[in-house]
Amino acid sequence: MLQAQNLSCLRGDRHLFEQVNFTVQAGGLLYIVGENGAGKSSLLKILAGLSQPEDGKIFWQGQALTTDKSSYFDKLFYIGHLNAIKEDLSTHENLLLWPYSHQLMDLNDAVSRALGAVNLLRQAHLPARLLSQGQKRRLALARLWMATEASPSAFLWILDEPFAALDSVMTDVLAKHISQHLQRGGMAIVTTHQPVAIQAVETQTYRLRE
Amino acid sequence: MNSIYFAVIKRDLLQVYRRKSDIATSLLFFVMVASLFPLAVSPDPAILRQIGPGVLWVSALLACMLSLLRLFAADYNDGSLEQLVLSRHSLSLLVLAKIFSHWLLAGLPLVLLSPLIALQYDMSANALWVLVLSLLIGTPALSFLGAIAAALTLGVRASGLLMPLLVLPLYVPVLIFGAGAVTASQTGMDAQANLSLLGATGLLLLLFSPWATAMAIRIAVE
Repeated sequence: MLQAQNLSCLRGDRHLFEQVNFTVQAGGLLYIVGENGAGKSSLLKILAGLSQPEDGKIFWQGQALTTDKSSYFDKLFYIGHLNAIKEDLSTHENLLLWPYSHQLMDLNDAVSRALGAVNLLRQAHLPARLLSQGQKRRLALARLWMATEASPSAFLWILDEPFAALDSVMTDVLAKHISQHLQRGGMAIVTTHQPVAIQAVETQTYRLRE
Repeated sequence: MNSIYFAVIKRDLLQVYRRKSDIATSLLFFVMVASLFPLAVSPDPAILRQIGPGVLWVSALLACMLSLLRLFAADYNDGSLEQLVLSRHSLSLLVLAKIFSHWLLAGLPLVLLSPLIALQYDMSANALWVLVLSLLIGTPALSFLGAIAAALTLGVRASGLLMPLLVLPLYVPVLIFGAGAVTASQTGMDAQANLSLLGATGLLLLLFSPWATAMAIRIAVE
């Protein structure tokens, strides 16, 4: 269970948002919506523990997040608006040498399965800089399939605009994968501008206003 | 060995292997700077012997600094640094792995190349050995200090200009001990005192630098 209590964020001398409260239960999906500049990405960074809220607290499984977040990070999976792709490495190597991958047993197979899931197998040995914008996003999202294999237990996914730059086929594939994650008892917090069909035990929408 | 630290090091090494010009640039810089002095100052062996240790150490130090720009900047720009911060493993140790790969790619080649360049300065065999040894002990300290400066200037505009201002004063003790060791061996004195101080500096930085760098990175990705 993830709980946000009175979160607020200050950017410069302007309050991006104040008094953000919500609770995400196991199997729950939370959409964070709002106009451009409303602070969606900043909120996600705070929830991921990357930055500190100006005020308020985050509770993970009933415990407030402290300075030592390693047990939280262990259960957290975050994909920001940056893809974290190394352009000089091949598509395959990008997943293979991704620092989280070492936990997997048959790593090469896991990478191939993940690339297959996002339909990048034909580009497996191409340098990542040759991929298109949408393909790079798919490569970044392929880590969600790796994450599922590395840690099938309950897991919090925080995804910043995962559906941006994806075609309709891939949007459906990803929505289905997130749905499966939620059915296993995972949680997801997603920002999106387009309606997508993700099945969750409980779906909430939190709207950020300027 | 199949650990997260190994993956971090391997990823850095493989990227540079794919783009070898990165290493070549800083090595060529070292060679060029060190070769300009005999042309500019004097071809007199006595003078060259005297300025040799200082020039070689300053050139190595500048070349090392040049390569600092790529230590964290690319990871910061493409989002990989965020992912490292979000690892359940200690960020300080992950940073140490990155510093180690930086030293392998920027420091070690300088150490290996230095005796060849030092021949221009008419140095004795003994002095050459001390030079190699002092660089071997000193370049990790340069990487440690550089990592702190590189992390502090992440996301800063004109970081390429700011970083030298930040890092060069910090390099001063390493430079004094390093060049001092070589000069001492040339004048027939024992270089051990300077080398020991150089080693002590390196060990102190081994403890302090990964921690300080990790703190700076946490602030940078906020």
